[in-house]
Amino acid sequence: MAILRLQGISKNFGAVAALTDVDLEVDAGQVVAIVGDNGAGKSTLVKVLSGVHSPDGGRIAFEGREVTIPGPAAAHRLGIATVFQDLALCENLNVIENLFLGQELSPFRLDDVAMEVRSWELLRQLSAKLPAVRLPVAALSGGQRQTVAIARSLLGDPKIIILDEPTAALGVAQTAEVLNLIDRLRENGHGVVMISHNMSDVRAVADQVVVLRLGRNSGVFDARTTSSEEIVAAITGAGDNAVTQRAARSETVDRSGMAGGAW
Amino acid sequence: MAAVDLSDERLRQGVGPRAVVGLLVDRVRAGELGMVPVVAGLVVIWAVLQALNPIFLSSTNLVNLTMECVPVGIVALGIVCVLLIGQIDLSVGSISGLAAAITAILFVNEQWPVWAAVLAAVAAGCAIGVLYAQIYNRVGIPSFVITLAGLLSFLGLQLKALGTSGSVNLPYDSALVRFAQLSFVPAWLSYLLVLGAAAGLFLVGYLYARKRRTADLPARSLRFLVIRSAVLVIGLGFAVWYLNRSRGVGWMFVLLVALALALHYALTSTKWGKSLYAVGGNVEAARRAGINVRLVYVSAFAFCTTLAAIGGVLGAARLAAANQSSGGGDVNLNAIAAAVIGGTSLFGGRGTAFAAVLGILVIQSISSGLTLLSLDSSYRFFVTGVVLLLAVGVDSLARRSRASHGR
Repeated sequence: MAILRLQGISKNFGAVAALTDVDLEVDAGQVVAIVGDNGAGKSTLVKVLSGVHSPDGGRIAFEGREVTIPGPAAAHRLGIATVFQDLALCENLNVIENLFLGQELSPFRLDDVAMEVRSWELLRQLSAKLPAVRLPVAALSGGQRQTVAIARSLLGDPKIIILDEPTAALGVAQTAEVLNLIDRLRENGHGVVMISHNMSDVRAVADQVVVLRLGRNSGVFDARTTSSEEIVAAITGAGDNAVTQRAARSETVDRSGMAGGAW
Repeated sequence: MAAVDLSDERLRQGVGPRAVVGLLVDRVRAGELGMVPVVAGLVVIWAVLQALNPIFLSSTNLVNLTMECVPVGIVALGIVCVLLIGQIDLSVGSISGLAAAITAILFVNEQWPVWAAVLAAVAAGCAIGVLYAQIYNRVGIPSFVITLAGLLSFLGLQLKALGTSGSVNLPYDSALVRFAQLSFVPAWLSYLLVLGAAAGLFLVGYLYARKRRTADLPARSLRFLVIRSAVLVIGLGFAVWYLNRSRGVGWMFVLLVALALALHYALTSTKWGKSLYAVGGNVEAARRAGINVRLVYVSAFAFCTTLAAIGGVLGAARLAAANQSSGGGDVNLNAIAAAVIGGTSLFGGRGTAFAAVLGILVIQSISSGLTLLSLDSSYRFFVTGVVLLLAVGVDSLARRSRASHGR
């Protein structure tokens, strides 16, 4: 049974319908990629899930129970953790301090040792390599920072982890590192929702690809059996975009030209 | 050990004293200077001033120096907190002057008991900080402007309160004045305090190392802990012995050190301390991590103005008077300069409690040394300015070096 099930989610900003009747299902140990063009509603959907926006219509079921997510704290309590694109790390603090920021153990006499042990545990879960945990985050590479941000999201033992563009602005090797992390999350039985623009990354790790287009579901594909072209066609709206329209137009022109030279 | 296995193979690991020295050199090269430049600067300044006037390092003068440090040093501790969250308080001088005036008027003119007068002054200081933070949180005026307005307004309030005579004298036999001028730690107790400090340092270090070892984490060796405490006993013991040849260690200076230690603990070992660094480093990240950023602003500003008021009261006690120039002149700039010379970043997120103490020692040393040379305040301002520029210059170069070493 799906851990998270969205049915008919709608969200309007004034006259703009950002999401209309969107469905989404995430199982444990499943990576669901949400893809779509700019303005397709990906970020709005993530914000609905992480409690930043509340939906105007539709139902959210978490582990079979119908729930509402009124705020980020509520999402966290349910077991939905979000890693936003800008990571939100403090560069002047070290890895441990960043992992436990806002959730330090024993606030009046910080338990350094317990936090360090737990930090290593989290990093081990991700099989992640960091030079040291007492290094300020400023000294880490982009991929390592992503590791820290993902490890931090694991702190509350969430069921669902949402990654917003985890591989944007990363190099080749660092992207591979992050994709490994996502594999690890799946192996550990987390449900992962990943937003991405990068088709090869999506096909590398996702089990299922959900395509949004203009705020609506534009298809759900099995990442293993579907070709990139089919997904791109769904993203752009096959037969309904400049490229296909132009191709179709030139085809008709050609045909009519051949048919009898009406021009 | 599993924990160490996980760390990156690129991380060089070493054991033994050579590796420790190598690591230290690496850190200095990478711009992780810590307290090194301030301490080095202090040594140079002391050497130069001693060469110019042999009285400078005499016990009597050093006792005076420690006592002079306290009022502005306490103000500087507060400034560190405000700088840590990336804000500034320009009005600490006016607040300390106002607190001095409130204490003197309530105590002398209104015949309040001394503790009540001091409490009222400190409470007023605290209230000013809360007011600043409320304006900052609700209206969003930069703290530079809010506190600049505070500087002017509270100076006006101080002058108004002191009235036409412009000065209120505190009686010499009052507890407050005696505390600030005449109360020194008895010699036997001062040595006992040194031993207690060393034993405490060792005990804390030992318990921490044991806890780390049981958790399979690398820990400091027993030898290191023993040597560290021994060095502390010898260093502090010598300083106390030297001061005891004159009047000894003032209780007021003990108060400054105790406040610095308390602030150090709060900054490094409490959730509040971490939230100050987090807000100074990245406000948005702190907010998303669930930190109540507004409350952090309120606490930091209130802490700073409270300490400014305490510093003002002690300054008045040391002078045995509150007058129109209390908290005026260079208190403001010296307090901010002390925090910055000690290595607190003006951009937030970097700094320690001990920075303020070391910084104020530098500033008061210059002041005291130049006074001994009977040079007037024009030279003092000039030299302090140059030292400030040097200190911040070293920090900026260190930061550039940190950036190029990826720290």
